Amino acid sequence: MVRQAQSTPETLAAALRESFGEAPITSGRIKLEIPRLAENGNIVPVSISVDSPMSEQDYVKSVHLFAERNPLPRILDVELGPRNGRARVATRIRLAVSQQVRAVAVMSDGALWFTAADVEVTVGGCDP
Amino acid sequence: MSRFGKVWVRLSEHPRRGEPVEIRAMVMHPMESGFRLDSVGHPIPRHIVTVFTCTYGGAEVFRATLHPAVSSNPYFVFYVRATQSADLLFTWTDDRGEVATHSVRLELE
Repeated sequence: MVRQAQSTPETLAAALRESFGEAPITSGRIKLEIPRLAENGNIVPVSISVDSPMSEQDYVKSVHLFAERNPLPRILDVELGPRNGRARVATRIRLAVSQQVRAVAVMSDGALWFTAADVEVTVGGCDP
Repeated sequence: MSRFGKVWVRLSEHPRRGEPVEIRAMVMHPMESGFRLDSVGHPIPRHIVTVFTCTYGGAEVFRATLHPAVSSNPYFVFYVRATQSADLLFTWTDDRGEVATHSVRLELE
């Protein structure tokens, strides 16, 4: 395994600024389900769900997943809308080391919500 | 040569009109991150799926932009509100322009 360049909280902050500008991001309304202890950093199951009626007037426009200490801070960007009926997305991700994973939701009124979860990685995805 | 392999898609059973249907979709693809080295220390070039979309009756209902931290054989669970009997078309595109597609009929009673 070769030591890779890593993101830092600063590069994560830069990625967040690039995606969302200086708009305030409030904690809440979004739920991140991810194991507290991930034995295999190459396949970490993750589920993002947002408290939203997903109606024509009030829906989630997008959800975004970030890693604080992967080689790249961006993991995934998903566009959603009222046609989904339910604001939940699940997938599997790579985490290079133990770190904080952050999820951000962009609502139809432009509001930004976030949550974060700490994940301890036993065997790092040295591939991410 | 395309590195896309088998596609696997499942819908939740007995969809009800107006209710969200759960969709689980996976495609075989190495999602080579670009951060790995081969046995002699040369970097293995990045080769990842960058976009995954789903349309329902021709309208896009899901669009994911993937980065190298999505695991190999990308797997997604998401929802679509069942409003009509129509085809769901799944499309995966990788960073070399290769495309995999799959179609599933959502049938309502």
